Amino acid sequence: MTNPTVKRKRSPASGLFEWYSNLSLKTRRTIMGYIFIMPFILGFILWFLGPALVAGWLTVHRWNLLTPPRYIGFDNFERLINDELFYKSLKATFIYTITSVPLGLIFAFFLAALINTKIKGISIFRTIYYLPTIVPFVASAILWAWLLNTEFGLINAALRAMGGPKIAWLQEPGWAMASFVIMSVWAVGGPMIIFLAGLQGIPEVYYEAAEIDGAGQWAKLRHVTLPLMSPIIFFNLVIGIIGAAQEFVRAYLITGGGPENSTLFLVLYIYRTAFQSTRMGYAAVLSWVLFIILMALSFIVFRLLGSRVYYENPGD
Amino acid sequence: MAISNQANTNVPDHIEVSRSMPTLWRIVNLILLFFFAFLMIIPFVWLVSSSFKTQNQIFTYPPEWIPAPFQPENYINALTYKPFHLYFKNTMIIVISNILAVVFSSSFVAYGFARIRFPGRDFWFGVVLATLFLPQAILIVPNFMIFAKLGWIDTFYPLTVPMFFGGGAFNIFLLRQFFRTIPEELADAARLDGCTEFGVYWRIMMPLAKPALITVAIFAFLNAWNDLLGPITYLRSTSNHTIAMGLASFTSQMDISWDLQLAASTAMTVPVIILFFFAQRYFIQGIVMTGLKG
Repeated sequence: MTNPTVKRKRSPASGLFEWYSNLSLKTRRTIMGYIFIMPFILGFILWFLGPALVAGWLTVHRWNLLTPPRYIGFDNFERLINDELFYKSLKATFIYTITSVPLGLIFAFFLAALINTKIKGISIFRTIYYLPTIVPFVASAILWAWLLNTEFGLINAALRAMGGPKIAWLQEPGWAMASFVIMSVWAVGGPMIIFLAGLQGIPEVYYEAAEIDGAGQWAKLRHVTLPLMSPIIFFNLVIGIIGAAQEFVRAYLITGGGPENSTLFLVLYIYRTAFQSTRMGYAAVLSWVLFIILMALSFIVFRLLGSRVYYENPGD
Repeated sequence: MAISNQANTNVPDHIEVSRSMPTLWRIVNLILLFFFAFLMIIPFVWLVSSSFKTQNQIFTYPPEWIPAPFQPENYINALTYKPFHLYFKNTMIIVISNILAVVFSSSFVAYGFARIRFPGRDFWFGVVLATLFLPQAILIVPNFMIFAKLGWIDTFYPLTVPMFFGGGAFNIFLLRQFFRTIPEELADAARLDGCTEFGVYWRIMMPLAKPALITVAIFAFLNAWNDLLGPITYLRSTSNHTIAMGLASFTSQMDISWDLQLAASTAMTVPVIILFFFAQRYFIQGIVMTGLKG
C-alpha cells in the first residue's frame, strides 16, 4: 500500500477522470475505499439503521396491516407491563439460553478435542459430527418431533428397552424445554469447528514446555489450552447467546409454543404478535425489548469475562 | 496464517498430539469417537428408514430398522402432495440470487476493508462486526413495514435484494481475512502495469480467492435453502412458496401422515448432505482459514 498509483492519461479522458487523476494519492485512496465499502454502508442504512428507527416509531403506533398506523402514545408499553405471555416468553427464552448455551459449548469443546487427534479417517468423524448442523431446520424439526414422539419415537423406544420410563417429551412443560436443549446440543457443529480451528492453532511447543515442567493432561488443559482458547470460547459464547435467544423455527413447527406456553420463545411470540394477531406496534416493542436484553447480556458477559480473555497479540 | 499456499491442498487433520498420548487414553478416545458418531448418525438412519415405511410399520414396537415391505412410493406421494417442483424453482431463484450477491457484493466490500487504507475504515469495519452480533430477528417487524411500503410483499425481493448490499457481515469478515493473506506485491505489480483498483480486485484478487468464495457461496446456499422465517414472513401466495415452507406446512396439517412428512424431510436434506460431502473441505477450511483473528 506504499507505492503511488501511477495513472496515465488516456485519450478519451472525461472531465471526471481528469479531476480524479489530479487528486492527491491519499484523497484518491479514500474515494476508492468508500466506493468499495459503499454497498455495505448503504445496506447498513437501509436494512439496519432505517428499520431500527422505523421500529422505534412503530412502538407508539397501532398498526394492524389493514388500516394505516395510528398514534396511540404509550399504550403498547402499558400492555407490555401487564402481558402475562410476555413474561412467559421471557422466562422460556431465559431458561433455554442459560441451559443450552453452556451445555452446547462444553459438548462442542469436548467433540473438538476428540476429533483433534491423529487417527486415520478422522475426517469421517469430523463430517459426521458436523452433519446435524447442516440439516435444514424444518427437516430436523420434523425428525425430532418424530424421535420424541411419546408412543412411537425412537428415544422412548430406547428408554423402554433399557427399562426406563415413558416420557411425554413434548407434552409436559419441563420435558418440552429439555427437548429443545437436547436438539440444540445435537447440532453444535458450528462452535465445534471453530474450537477445532483454535486447538489446531496452538503451537505444539507450548505443550512440550508444559510437559518438561511436569504437567499432566489436566494441567495442560487448564494452563495451556484453556487460556489460549479463551478468545474463541468467548466468541462462541456471545454468538451462542445471540443464536439461542432467537430460537424460532423448531418451536414454531414442533410445539407451537406449548405446552402451557413453556416453549413460547420471544421471537416466536414476536412473530405471532406481528403476523397472527397483527399487532405490529406491539411486536416492535417486543423486538426492542429483545434487543435491549441481548445488549445487556452481551455487556454483562463482556464485563464478567472480557478481562479474563487472554489475547496473544493485543492490539493486532 | 499461511493460507494461500495450502488453500488447494488438504488441511492437516490433526496436530501432533499422539506422541505424548498414553495408549489407554488413545483407546478411550477411539471409543468415545465411535460412541458420539453413533449418537449423531442414528437419527438420520431412523429418518431414512422410517421414510420407506407404510403407515402401519411406522407405529410398531420394537422399531423395524429395515422396513419390509419397502415403500418408496412415500416419496412420490409426499412430493406430489404439494407442488414441490414449483417450490424447488422458487427456492432456486432465491438461492442463486443469494449466491451471486454474496460472491460479488461481499468480496467487493471485503476488498475495500482488506486492501485500501482510508480514514474511517476501522470505524466501518467495527460496524460490520457489530452487525455480526446483532440479532436479525428483531428486524423482521420494521423490515416488513419497509418492504410493504415498497410493495415487495409476496415477491422474492425482500429475500434477495438486501443481500446485494454487502452480503452479510460474516461473509465480509471471512473474505477480508482471506484477502489479507494474499501478498501485496502481486497487487503492486499489477498497479505498476496500469491496473486500476477495480482491476486489482477483479483480475488479481478474485481468481486467487476462489476457495474462500466457494466457502461463502456454500454458506449462502445453505442459509437460503434452509431459511423459514424470511419466506413465511414475506411470501404469501402458494405459487411463491419455497421448499422449506412446503415442508413446514406439512406439520400444520393433521391429515398428512408421518411417513410422508419424513419422506419429504429426507428429500429436502439429501441435496444438502450431498453438497456437504463433496465440498466438505470448504466448510471446515472456511472457518479454519479465517482463524478468527486479526
